[in-house]
Amino acid sequence: MRAAPLTTLRRPGWTPWLYLLPALVVLGGLLVYPIYQLGLISFLEYTQAQVSGGEPTSFQGFGNYAALFSDGEFWRVLLATVLFATACVLSTLLVGCALAVLLTRVRALPRLVLMLAALGAWATPAITGSTVWVFLFDPDFGPVNKVLGLGDFSWTYGRYSAFALVLFEVVWCSFPFVMVTVYAGIRAIPAEVLEAAALDGASQWRTWRSVTAPMLRPILLVVTIQSVIWDFKIFTQIYVMTGGGGVARQNLVLNVYAYQKAFASSQYSLGSAIGVVMLLILLAVTLVHLRTVRRQGEEL
Amino acid sequence: MSLLGTIRFRRPGRLAAEAAALVIAALVAFPLYWMVLSAFKPAGEIQSTEPRPWTLTPSLDAFRRVFQQEDFGRYFLNSLIVAGTVVVASALIAFLAAVAVTRFRFRFRTTLLIMFLVAQMVPVEALTIPLFFLMRDFGQLNTLGSLILPHLAFSLPFAIWMLRGFVKAVPEALEEQAAVDGASRARFLWRILFPLVFPGLAATSVFSFISTWNDFLFAKSFLISDVSQSTLPLALLVFFKPDENDWGGIMAASTVMTVPVLVFFVLVQRRLVSGLGGAVKD
Repeated sequence: MRAAPLTTLRRPGWTPWLYLLPALVVLGGLLVYPIYQLGLISFLEYTQAQVSGGEPTSFQGFGNYAALFSDGEFWRVLLATVLFATACVLSTLLVGCALAVLLTRVRALPRLVLMLAALGAWATPAITGSTVWVFLFDPDFGPVNKVLGLGDFSWTYGRYSAFALVLFEVVWCSFPFVMVTVYAGIRAIPAEVLEAAALDGASQWRTWRSVTAPMLRPILLVVTIQSVIWDFKIFTQIYVMTGGGGVARQNLVLNVYAYQKAFASSQYSLGSAIGVVMLLILLAVTLVHLRTVRRQGEEL
Repeated sequence: MSLLGTIRFRRPGRLAAEAAALVIAALVAFPLYWMVLSAFKPAGEIQSTEPRPWTLTPSLDAFRRVFQQEDFGRYFLNSLIVAGTVVVASALIAFLAAVAVTRFRFRFRTTLLIMFLVAQMVPVEALTIPLFFLMRDFGQLNTLGSLILPHLAFSLPFAIWMLRGFVKAVPEALEEQAAVDGASRARFLWRILFPLVFPGLAATSVFSFISTWNDFLFAKSFLISDVSQSTLPLALLVFFKPDENDWGGIMAASTVMTVPVLVFFVLVQRRLVSGLGGAVKD
């Protein structure tokens, strides 16, 4: 089974690199080089004057970072981003896992119906999901306020209600991935293991805690990491649902903040510095993920 | 029989679970239903402050507005070109790369794999600024290329990672047999291996299609002045007006934008779920 492939017995020479060439060219030019550029710009003075060539670029050292870190708004936005992403991840995982368990307890037809509805939410582009949810919660024409008897309460006006509205949309469009993946994971657990637990007289809760949950751990880890990455860099939903960052910029998250710094006020260096901060935070998450994958002994 | 093996649920318990599943399914589907319904409501009805969950006089006015006044056909085509190119190109390039990292042992192979894994996690949105200057320097601003190229790069690491599992699953003996039968390596690759990993390609294509079709930030940043090169997510915003949003138009445009993805999802749905299952079991 584990015998080395024929091709490896021959000396592979340049062949694998030939196969890899298109991928490496694309990744090098459009991923690695831009990351280098991002870092570089974050150390330069780079505003409209430099972009148009009117003034020479000058090296700022950590000046942009110092400016960024001494700006109260940056810390406020960073904190909001972390809290908002955490709330999104936890809600998504909770809903996704609960519904995955529910799927295992129903017959084929209701399962199919719920699966199809979830696939529909999953397939909905972020921007259309955003417009539809704003419309559902519209104070004048939306059905939600009518049903809940909220009158003309405007969800996008208050800071927390606006974040909550975006959170609803995010959970709606991202729980299906968690649900489908965790459901596939539960189904992959061999029936004999659960039978053995039942024969040993384990309660349902005990079986879940001691058998199912540990076997699901790798999957839960993957969906958690994936959710963290998605939710930490949300742009479209915030931009569309709160009209570019909310009343008085109260709903800004890092990604929207960086976009506005760079493209609305031409402070490309500050925008890049924010990008670097995001990159570093997600890199840290990735390294934790990578360590866990390797610890599980997966062969690369 | 329950899927959790021998854990049995008494009938009332299961019926309650099934009722809950159906209610939740209805709630989850409701936003999409409301979107399509609102797109078909006549102008007067959508402005009603007593919204009804049905309409007695469906109308195509909103769609007409979307396609005739706002030239959505062109934007639709643009989005299709961008997403289609990315899906096809990334499938081909990722397939070759996946073959390289699974069928050969060579120096830096493990390093490369780790780099592909790390590359998946790069928050691509953070690269908007350098990509903007890169696209400007290559004269790609306001062209569809400015969306195709970055999305190609961003979908590759995941596609390679996912296809790797599928290529690995094809027995080596098949390659020997093909060689014995006198098939060249290229012939083996494209005529035998490629069709065999097609289910994997379907699953990866879902992810690259969705992320490209969804793109809003790059479109907003790179397609700045040429309206004819706009894509759907960007075009949708014209219906948001400072004084009064044209909700009928927004919902019709949203419907137009969502339906192709839904169709695509339904087409590959089985492969997607089994693909995820395969990745999970790996």
